[in-house]
Amino acid sequence: MAKITLKNLRHSYLPNPKGREDFALKEIDLDWQDGGAYALLGPSGCGKSTLLNIISGLLHPSEGAILFDDKDVTHLPPDQRNIAQVFQFPVIYDTMTVYDNLAFPLRNRGVAAARVDERVREIAEMLEVTEMLGTRASHLSPDNKQKISMGRGLVRDDVNVVMFDEPLTVIDPHLKWKLRSKLKELHQRVKATMIYVTHDQTEALTFADQVVVMQDGEVVQIGTPVELFERPQHTFVGHFIGSPGMNVLPAAEDKGKVSLNGQAIAVEGKVMGAGGNIQLGIRPEFVSLSDAGLQARVRKVSDIGRHCVVEAMVGDTSIKAVVEGEVPPQGAEIHLAFRQDQTRLYRDGWLATEVTP
Amino acid sequence: MKTENQKAWLFVLPVLLLVAFNALIPIMTVVNYSVQETFGDNLFFWEGLGWFEQILRSDRFHSALGRQFLFTFLILIIEVPLGIIIALSMPKKGIWVPVCLVTMALPMLIPWNVVGAMWNIFTLPDIGLLGYFINNTLGIEYNMTRSPIAAWITIVTMDVWHWTSLVVLLSYAGLVSIPDAYYQAAKIDGASPWKVFRYIQLPKMKTVLTIAILLRFMDSFNIYTEPFVLTGGGPGNSTTLLSIDLVKIALGQFDLGPAAAMSLIYFAITLLVSWLFYTLMTKDDAK
Amino acid sequence: MSKRSIIPILYILFLMLPIYWLVAMSFKTTNEILSGFSLFPQTFTLENYKVIFTDPSWYWGYINSIIYVSLNTVISITVALPAAYAFSRYSFLGDKTLFFWLLTNRMAPAAVFALPFFQLYSSVGLFDTHLAVALAHCLFNIPLAVWILEGFMGGVPKELDETAYVDGYSFPRFFVTIFLPTIKAGVGVAAFFCFMFSWVELLLAKTLTAVAAKPIAATMTKTASSAGYELGLLAAAGTLTIIPGAIVIYFVRNYIAKGFALGRV
Repeated sequence: MAKITLKNLRHSYLPNPKGREDFALKEIDLDWQDGGAYALLGPSGCGKSTLLNIISGLLHPSEGAILFDDKDVTHLPPDQRNIAQVFQFPVIYDTMTVYDNLAFPLRNRGVAAARVDERVREIAEMLEVTEMLGTRASHLSPDNKQKISMGRGLVRDDVNVVMFDEPLTVIDPHLKWKLRSKLKELHQRVKATMIYVTHDQTEALTFADQVVVMQDGEVVQIGTPVELFERPQHTFVGHFIGSPGMNVLPAAEDKGKVSLNGQAIAVEGKVMGAGGNIQLGIRPEFVSLSDAGLQARVRKVSDIGRHCVVEAMVGDTSIKAVVEGEVPPQGAEIHLAFRQDQTRLYRDGWLATEVTP
Repeated sequence: MKTENQKAWLFVLPVLLLVAFNALIPIMTVVNYSVQETFGDNLFFWEGLGWFEQILRSDRFHSALGRQFLFTFLILIIEVPLGIIIALSMPKKGIWVPVCLVTMALPMLIPWNVVGAMWNIFTLPDIGLLGYFINNTLGIEYNMTRSPIAAWITIVTMDVWHWTSLVVLLSYAGLVSIPDAYYQAAKIDGASPWKVFRYIQLPKMKTVLTIAILLRFMDSFNIYTEPFVLTGGGPGNSTTLLSIDLVKIALGQFDLGPAAAMSLIYFAITLLVSWLFYTLMTKDDAK
Repeated sequence: MSKRSIIPILYILFLMLPIYWLVAMSFKTTNEILSGFSLFPQTFTLENYKVIFTDPSWYWGYINSIIYVSLNTVISITVALPAAYAFSRYSFLGDKTLFFWLLTNRMAPAAVFALPFFQLYSSVGLFDTHLAVALAHCLFNIPLAVWILEGFMGGVPKELDETAYVDGYSFPRFFVTIFLPTIKAGVGVAAFFCFMFSWVELLLAKTLTAVAAKPIAATMTKTASSAGYELGLLAAAGTLTIIPGAIVIYFVRNYIAKGFALGRV
């Protein structure tokens, strides 16, 4: 198990990158603690898989260094890094039995047969695949195949990090949560550093202690699931996390006074900086119907189970509110209130309000 | 799941009629001949299974069959491993891929008798590139009209030249269908190149290799034109393969009865061996 | 360039040598050929090609070959398309047996069929016509076309068909305007193989023709035996038979590997 440090990592797939745009990864600095569960979250093409492949050694970064326990491994090939990776599609050796599949990484490293047997049975036990050990791996269902590829990652007890590259993509929805909780459980048992790459916020938020949100080759925010939800550092995080995502509304700011569609709005605290493109951010959960406040007209009401999402128009801007109990009919004139401590100002996309102590 | 639909027969009907016309009628003709004796003038006499017995006991048939099996065995044992090795060393992407594919496929598109004629010209001892090189530069006596060994080496080399590309293209198709993740996983698992071949590449090539071996078996077992043009079955009878012998009997001597009986035995052997190959190569999947 | 690329390079060299020799020979005069060994044509001549392009018995051989090969390709693909569709979409009584029986015809030695074919096509009055050769080649080309097309069609999800019916397409309209464009790569690959096997086959083509539909390959064998050693002419004719194949292969180069992979056994 190891602590992982990424120092000034930059990567470009082009031979001679020129501008910033040529880089698939722009300047990544990260510290991952030994034994932590991390998630890399971001939309397709944000560079998270590139980052993963750099950590595993399948790609060499254009610039920067990777350290495992402060030891530079930037130029080591994958097999010498002592890592394990689980891929998007289950990679199993079709012609081998489940047992041989699990034993493969150990045997390749010349581990003694008795030790191999012990480890394989231990891992099989953990994954609940003991009764399948004798079957040919090609006959398994996709979720069991994916379990076996996870098992191949976990079977070595000297791995520095186990990485998951969207491992639940091909798994049936009703099995997804089962495998996900299995993973969580495994992490608690083996205490390995784990990195989980996904574009699915639920997967990331339920698996990880710390989530790294990426966009366009940059890290936008690192935080616990609660932090990401409550205080998005960037409008992108607000948008991307939560369902529905945060309301990001075009607003105006003058000397710390914020207004939306001409009406003054109270924000959580002191506004920093000046100029730029001003947006107001508030999660639908913190918008409520009230007797006074912003005037709006209901455009659409969607019932999403426990509560309803009311979409209302303030001028040309649409605002979503999560409402429990009775909802106004479509077309009704209503008033909206924002919870002040959850109302934030974003300047050029980045958070620009400070919480007053 | 496929829908049960008996009307689908209508879709298959044209194929059925065309192939039946080409396959059933001639086969029936052959069966008809195989049990009769003729002395010309369209006079036929019932002969029963006599021809079959005669063919199955004749030394001529045994030696032609032996030569045929030897030829096919040599072809498979050379072309399949060679084809796999070439496919493994081919580039996976880039501008050289189409160049390789086009040049490698070219021999397969040359009419079979041209292939024979081309190799004939190529190996002529005095004016052929290969023949001249071996005889005069290397100083080794090489003349396939005189030496049976030289004739055998030539027809086998010619077939390797002609058909190895089929194995290459099929194996290559299997190889490029392997996702990168398999190679990456193998790297991480610390697998040696041999293990990558044994546990990733070979299993993924299995389907296409089955096709390759079956096609190579059928075509090399039925080969006629190329060796006929190249050696005419000689010197002596040393390269008289089964088809060549069959055509000699049927069209040369016009012995329709024995030729027909031999055709049926020949066809039966092809079917039987193909079926054996197929069952052996796919039996693992059934488990 | 890596060390392993030496293997394909050597292999391609091995493939090209006999072809080079054939082409070089076709530019030599008969005198030069018979006078001894020369690596390159010493007196470069187009005489051999001139003979072929001016003598009807030569160039008609090419035209005949092209006609029956094209005819065969069209017939094979046309009848194989609905059959492959049936095999890939429906299950019906005897479907597996039928599919296997079709494939066994691919295994029949052409030599077995030579004589019965001669009698069969003579008796229906098709002897020495292009149609006869085109139909005879269906014996091994239709099974192959069905096999390849079935592989490609199996890769198209059934939902495509169902969506089209829901949208109110009739079957023929769906097949032509939606389904065919989807599998056009497969049609290309199947057509390529039909062309190839019809173009290279000689035994049946020779047996079923005499004068009017005689293929180029047969013309060549006649020349080789009757006119003695006209090697230059033979080489020129051989060189010309490589060209159609080379053109066809160039057009389908991106599909070759794929076409092989998608068949099923």
